[in-house]
Amino acid sequence: MSDVNLTGIAKSYGGSPVLTDISVSFPSGSFTSLLGPSGSGKTTLLRIIAGFITPEAGAVTIGAEDVTRVPVWARNIGMVFQSYALFPHMTVRDNVAFGLGRRGVKGAEAKRRVDEALEMVRLPGFADRLPKQLSGGQQQRVAMARAIVTEPKVLLLDEPLSALDRRLRQEMQVELLSLQREIGVTTIFVTHDQEEALTLSDQVAILDRGRIVQMGAPAAIYERPATRFAAEFLGDANFFTGRVESGAVAVAGSRITAPDLPEGREVTLAVRPEKISLGAGENGGNRVQARVLNAIYAGANLTYLMEGPGGMGLKVFAQNADGVILPKGAEVTLHWSPDHTILVED
Amino acid sequence: MSAGPATTAPALKMGGRRLPPWVATTALLLPAYGWLLIAIFLPLGAMFLFSFMTATPIGNKEIGYTLDQYKIFFTQPYMWQVASWTFQIAFATTLICALAGFLAALALARSGLGRSQWIFLILILLPFWTNGLVRIFSWTMVIREGGFLDAVVQFVLPEAGSVGFLYSRPAIVLGLVHGYLPYMVLTCYIAISTIDDAIVEAAESLGARWWTVLGRILIPMAAPGLIAGSVLIFVPVVGAFMEPRILGGPQGVTLGTVIEDSFTQGFNWPQGAALSFMLLAVVLAIFATFSGVLRRNAQW
Repeated sequence: MSDVNLTGIAKSYGGSPVLTDISVSFPSGSFTSLLGPSGSGKTTLLRIIAGFITPEAGAVTIGAEDVTRVPVWARNIGMVFQSYALFPHMTVRDNVAFGLGRRGVKGAEAKRRVDEALEMVRLPGFADRLPKQLSGGQQQRVAMARAIVTEPKVLLLDEPLSALDRRLRQEMQVELLSLQREIGVTTIFVTHDQEEALTLSDQVAILDRGRIVQMGAPAAIYERPATRFAAEFLGDANFFTGRVESGAVAVAGSRITAPDLPEGREVTLAVRPEKISLGAGENGGNRVQARVLNAIYAGANLTYLMEGPGGMGLKVFAQNADGVILPKGAEVTLHWSPDHTILVED
Repeated sequence: MSAGPATTAPALKMGGRRLPPWVATTALLLPAYGWLLIAIFLPLGAMFLFSFMTATPIGNKEIGYTLDQYKIFFTQPYMWQVASWTFQIAFATTLICALAGFLAALALARSGLGRSQWIFLILILLPFWTNGLVRIFSWTMVIREGGFLDAVVQFVLPEAGSVGFLYSRPAIVLGLVHGYLPYMVLTCYIAISTIDDAIVEAAESLGARWWTVLGRILIPMAAPGLIAGSVLIFVPVVGAFMEPRILGGPQGVTLGTVIEDSFTQGFNWPQGAALSFMLLAVVLAIFATFSGVLRRNAQW
């Protein structure tokens, strides 16, 4: 078990920067998600840690060792690929034993450890099958067993669950997490699925155009996004912009306030759709008038698309508590707490 | 006219009458099987018949039927020697093609050249598009004593003797490798380019050095391409007669040249036909041996 540290990592392809000055630390035994849209550089970052890509600047250390110039095969990493990348011509046992063989572990010892790893991913008795005789979820487990059997210093996961259907993915998320807790390996997980990132991680790093825009615990990032991009990419958000005058932003007649607003500056405020409630609420809360444009019914909950002050679009999530769906065109008052109004950078 | 039941297979309608489905099937298959009959089975059948005759069935000689032609390996023991040379040449050619072709295909498929890959692939295929005779005769210019090769060697090392090796078995192998290498490059290129990059990366992440990746991942996964290429090369090379004749000179006695001589110089068609069929039997035996391997590999 080792911590992983990146300092000043930069990489560009053909003159256009993919990663710029990334410095980040992954504590020993932690589970970190790299979350970002495609093209944000998250996979490039993972491949730099793995050693498939050499950064133009900066250093990668795993534990106490600087591995920036160490080739992939000498880094002692475990990696799981999106396509699983199982060796199709080898049985499950040979697949899992491959890394052990490279480390000189053979015979009875190798057999014991392969069986142990397959036990951990709940695939005992599958050792003699070929990968193509397994389902997607089972192949995923074999890939996981193959990556952890060598007791790597760091486990790198490149969107490993994205090829699975929703139900299986949720099941695998739970298993992945308990497996990671059991072996305690430092894990770095690349995903573009925000829910997955929030569910699994100790910390989430949000990448945008080659930079880490925010990093922290899932709840901290979700409740306190630092930038407009982070608020939009992780979850949904409504935005209000304007100049702060006497502690509030005036938006088409409504005064929207939040703690610690900088007086006289142009600001962007974000509110999560589920923090907004229907009705007038108590005095002192933020309040706007809106008109229902569309109601999206999803059984347990409802999503209202509304037209707020000055014609701006608003999104509101409501629990389906009383079975009443507001009709199109209904005029409503919305309220939310100033504490849930977040000042974000644009 | 009443419509047939919905379950009826689509059948041709002619003159308002429904033709049974087998008519359509037969009509569609006829061109292919007709061609097969005319182009392959008829001449092959005729040759098979010739191989049991006592003399060439042209002129007014008395023709009898005999198995003697198939006893040539016993009546003329030097044929064993010829067969041995032939198979040595064929094995050497196939082996060199496999080595060079696999590596060339590997370099092409995995070098990350992008679009320029195609230029290199076309350069490799060029010998394919050259007339065989031109290709072979140009080699005689290069490797004969005092040829281009000697000129180059003597330019670098003026004291060196001739390194020309025209009229030797290595010269035959050289000509055959040049002509048949593209088969191996193509079959291996296709096999290697279907291997997902992530599989190689997975092996590296597990601690595999390049030779392990080559031996445990790339070669086993590209084996169908290697085997297909080897069969494609070995079969025509066993029967080749142009390269042995031109580049081998007096050394160039192979089954292919013996068969050709039987038909042309010796005017002994039955002998040539019998030899051809014995060669065909060997080739089919090789096919049968490897078809199992190919089928097993095709399952993933």
